[in-house]
This record gives sequence, C-alpha cells and structure tokens, in this order.
Amino acid sequence: MILRFLALAVLTTASAYAPQVSAQQISLTGAGSTFAYPLYSSWASQYHTLHSNVEINYQSIGSGGGIRQLIAGTVDFGATDGPMTDKELAEAQQKRGTAILHFPTALGADVPSYNIPGVTAELKFTPAALAGIYLGHITKWNDAEIQKSNPGVKLPAANIVVVHRSDGSGTTYCWVDYLSKVSSEWKNKVGVGTSVNWPVGLGGKGNEGVSGLIRRIPNSIGYIELIYSIQNHILYGDVENSSGKFIKADLNTVTSAAAGATKTMPADFRVSITNPPGATAYPISTYTWLLIPEKMADKTKGAALKIFLHWALTDGQQYTKPLAYAPLPSVVVQKELDQMKKLQY
Amino acid sequence: MAHAALTTSGAPNRAGRLGKKQTWLERLRKGDEVVHLITLAGAWSILVITALLVQHLWVYSRLARHAFGWHFLFTSTWDPVNGQFGAWPFVYGTVVTSVLALIIAIPIGLGSAIFLAELAPRKISNALTFLIELLAAVPSVIYGLVGIFLMIPFLTAAMPYIQKVLGWLPIFSGTFYGVSYFTASVVLAIMVIPFIVSISREVLLAVPVSQREAMMALGATKWDVTWRAVVPYARQGIMGSIFLALARALGETMAVTMVIGNVPQVSTSLLAPGYTIAAVIANEFTEATGDLYLHALIELGLVLFAVTMIINALARLLMLTMKAHEVTG
Repeated sequence: MILRFLALAVLTTASAYAPQVSAQQISLTGAGSTFAYPLYSSWASQYHTLHSNVEINYQSIGSGGGIRQLIAGTVDFGATDGPMTDKELAEAQQKRGTAILHFPTALGADVPSYNIPGVTAELKFTPAALAGIYLGHITKWNDAEIQKSNPGVKLPAANIVVVHRSDGSGTTYCWVDYLSKVSSEWKNKVGVGTSVNWPVGLGGKGNEGVSGLIRRIPNSIGYIELIYSIQNHILYGDVENSSGKFIKADLNTVTSAAAGATKTMPADFRVSITNPPGATAYPISTYTWLLIPEKMADKTKGAALKIFLHWALTDGQQYTKPLAYAPLPSVVVQKELDQMKKLQY
Repeated sequence: MAHAALTTSGAPNRAGRLGKKQTWLERLRKGDEVVHLITLAGAWSILVITALLVQHLWVYSRLARHAFGWHFLFTSTWDPVNGQFGAWPFVYGTVVTSVLALIIAIPIGLGSAIFLAELAPRKISNALTFLIELLAAVPSVIYGLVGIFLMIPFLTAAMPYIQKVLGWLPIFSGTFYGVSYFTASVVLAIMVIPFIVSISREVLLAVPVSQREAMMALGATKWDVTWRAVVPYARQGIMGSIFLALARALGETMAVTMVIGNVPQVSTSLLAPGYTIAAVIANEFTEATGDLYLHALIELGLVLFAVTMIINALARLLMLTMKAHEVTG
C-alpha cells in the first residue's frame, strides 16, 4: 500500500516536472484580425493551460496589419477577415520564400440594425432593398421594395439615414462583398474592400460607433457584427437568402452558410461565403482565417504551431459558441486537416 | 562654424571676468563646454527628428505622389477599391474644425485666464487652475465620449432653435444628424481651452508689477490696466498658448472621429458631417492593404504636416501685422 502510494507520488511528480525539464519554452507570435481577437486570446490561454511550454501571443492590429507583418516576417502567423490577394501571396513568396496557407477558424456575420421610431418589429430585407438603400436609390422607409416584404408593418415616410463603418474592417468587407454579389451596380460602381467609397451615409468607428449612431439618429440603418449585436441585445432584421427565404442570423444559420458554400470551395480556402446556396443559410456570413506559412526556418516553432493549429480546428472549436462565433462545419474541418499535410515542418 | 559663433557671440565665456581667454580644454574641464555641448545636442536632436519625420513621410508616400501629383491635394474622391485618392475633403475638414474650435476657444480661454490672473482672489484662482490643468490631462477618448453622450444630444435638441434664427445662413443650413464639423469644433474647443487658460494665466501673472503701477499712476481703471498694460505685455506668451491649442486641434484624432461623421465630402454647412486628416489615417491605416493605399495615407500625414506649418506661419504673420499696426497707429 505504502509502496504503491510512493510509486504513484513519484510518477505524478515525474509527469508534472517532466515537460518543463525536457521541452523548451516556445513562444508563437501572431497578429491581425481584431474581429477574431476574443477567440484567439481565449484559445491562447486555454492552450497554455494544456501545454504550459507554449505561449501564444496574439496582437489584434487589424487584418491589413497582420498581412503586412506576416509578409515582413515579423510574426509567426497572421490572421485576417478577408483572404490575401494573389499579389500579396506572391509578395510573401518573394520576400519570405514560402507560400502562405489560409485556414478558416470560425465564422462571423453582419446584420442590418435599424432605429425607426414606432417600429419594434423585426424587419425583413430583400437583397434589392439593402443594395438600394446603400446605393442611395431607396431613400424613404416606406419604399415599395421594403414595404412589400414587411406587409404587416407600418413604415414611416421618413428619410433613411445610412450608417457604415469608418474604420477599415472585415465587417465592411463582408457587407460590401455581399452587396456586390446581389447588385451588379454595386459591383461596378463601388466594389469590395475593407474600406470603400460609400455612395451615401455616415461613418461610425467600430461596431460601437455604428450602433451608437443608429441609436442616436432616428430612421437610421447600419450593419454591425452579429457577435456585437448578440452581446448587446441589439434588434436586427432578417435577410432574404438565395433560396428566397428570410433568415434571421444566428450561429446555426451562419454555420449552414459555410456548409452551403463548401461545394464550390476552392482548395486554398480563399472563398467568400456571402449569398451561398442552402435554404437555411444566412447570406451575409464570412470566414475568419489564420495565415500560416508553409515553411518555417525554426522547426521547433513550426512543430508547436502545427500542433496548436490542429487543436484549434478540432478541440478548439468548442470555444467558438460561448464567444458567439459560429463553429466550422465538420466538412470544412476535414478539408483543413488535409491541407495541414502541406506544412513542411 | 555654428559652434564658434555661439561661443564667441552667444555664450559669454567668462573671458572678460577672468581677465584671460580660456582654451577649449580648460572650458571643458570647468564644465561650461560640457553644458554647451549637451544643450546643443538637445537642440540638434529636434531638428534631426523633424528631418527624419519628413524624410520618412516623403519616401513612403512616393507611390501616391507619383500617381496623383498635385491633384492629390485638390481632388475629392477617396476610393480605396479603385485606387483613387484625393485629400481635399480631409484638408478642408481639418482646417475648418481647427479654426472654428479656436474661434470658440480663444474668447473663453482668454477671458478665464484674465479672470484667474487679475480679478479672482488668489485662493479661488489656484483651485480653479488646478482643475483646469487636470482637464488638460484628460485623454481625448473621454472628450469623444463627452461629445457623443452630452454634446450631441444637447446640440440635437438646440439645433431647431438655432436654425430658426440662423438657418438662412449657408453655414447653418441642411439636416443636422448630431455628427458634424460643428460638433467636432465644439468638442475640440473644450479640449484646447485648458491649454489657453493655463499658459495664458502663467504669462499674465509674470507681467511685472511696475507695468501695472505705471498704468495706475496715470489714473487708469482696473480694466484699463488689464487690457492696455498687462495683456499687451503678455501678448507673446498668449499667442504661444494659442499656437499650442491650434497644434492640438489640428492633430486631434480620437475625439474628432467619434463626432464628425467620417464622410469625405466638402460642405459649406457646418452642420454637415465631414472628415479630418488625422481621423482618416487612424481609421484606415491598420486595414490598409495594397501599397498605393498605404502610400496615400502616409501622404496625408505629409499634407497634415504642411497644413500645420502653413497655418502656424499665417498666424505668426497675423501677429506681426498686428504689431506693425500698433506701432504705426
């Protein structure tokens, strides 16, 4: 009995001390997306409790900054809300001598939020209504295009005040990407980017800036991040998807948007999943990606990064929902695990 | 050369007092030369930092400078998607908000500085000055929040009455959404007033008593003494405080972007939303992808630098003409 206890004690102390003695401290640095910051910082701390020798330091400097830092080689991995362009990938190849792989980690969505005095109903928006409002063609709330999908609601004849993000952001990217898919005029006149030349509207800084403006200005409409609206209990409308169904954004409809877009997904995961097929898909959804170099000079770091990435795509997915991110569909996870074989470390 | 000029003309090297000229080594041993070198290095470092700043802005804006040339300054399109960049709405917004902020802040700031220095009992003056200096240290995001939660609701409520009286003026026309040049200017004014008050008060207090006594001896009233003897004497320092306030207003970012509406347009109405240089840089820099876009933002920084220099120069010119006017008139 005493012997067994002693043996156990020796074993537990040995196992408790062993990793610290044998494995060296590894610190992985990443930078980029502010949208994914709460998830990545939660992953970093969860992962650190599991692997005490690995410390992940993630800085939310913005997707553009993340891509620049990754190309410059000052970080081990990047994170972005909009995929890297061919030009940026070529630049990385040229400057760092390695390809950059995209790994979707979670999903987010944009929702239309509004403030119409006297209207408390959840409005339904057609793609034509949203594009018309943001192009400045639809200027009154009681416009036929809005009224026809909201038959029971008494909409005022008031001017619509359009609100958008003033800071460059993945949220804007997702919104205008959707608009350019449903409106050829938007695609030709405005286009897609983290900041665009808005035809109409006021700019608010961050989700809090946009929702603050909406709250203060009667008859206004703006788009905000789904997570932000869930956490702050902000009223938002449904959007008609490609199957003609009005869908309210929630974590399930966003995940099913990703599932709907899987069939047409390119091998490198650089895909926009706005307006995907699928009856239950919410149309203004987007991936957020980790950017991982295919080759790394420091093999120990590379090995640690690889194990972390595997964990994030599998066990790590359980931390998405509590933070109001939509988890990846399992088909996508499987494809990503296949892509991990490309990593040369 | 500058070194030689300074030691012979500028810095008295005690040669006269000691009766014989010291060698450079002696001066070094006694410490004079050490102090001289240290302060000289300090002065030079400012020049070097400024030069590096300009050089950096110049080099990293080259793509935008080559692509747009002088058109960059005078066009109004800001389209990151299609790579079209024009700075005019931002320059306009920066100048309008800063100048309007000073128009609001100077009378209030100067008035309270005169009160605190000349009229208020010393105890009250000290207590108030402490509070004002505290205001100068408040982070700008707090002023932005004050703008959103206090100024915007207040101005929105007051605007129908203001427009009833002044609505015929182009600068007060149009729909008011709460966020505007005007709101930004008011918030900026609140931010810069502490600078004007606290420095101007110090300067006014430093005016020699003899100046006041001389004026009183001529039978002047208290106000006459203040306005005609004390304030003109302190004018240089007061102007300095205004320059500092102007610099802060031109460069302010966070508080402005929270209340100006962030729309790159040029509008004669002060109630319309606008944009400033510092605000657009802060908003778009982190997510700017593509070299031309980044270089355009950095060129905006260069433009802000130039705008600051030009406005400062104009203000100094204004001061010189005022002085000349006083001498002749």
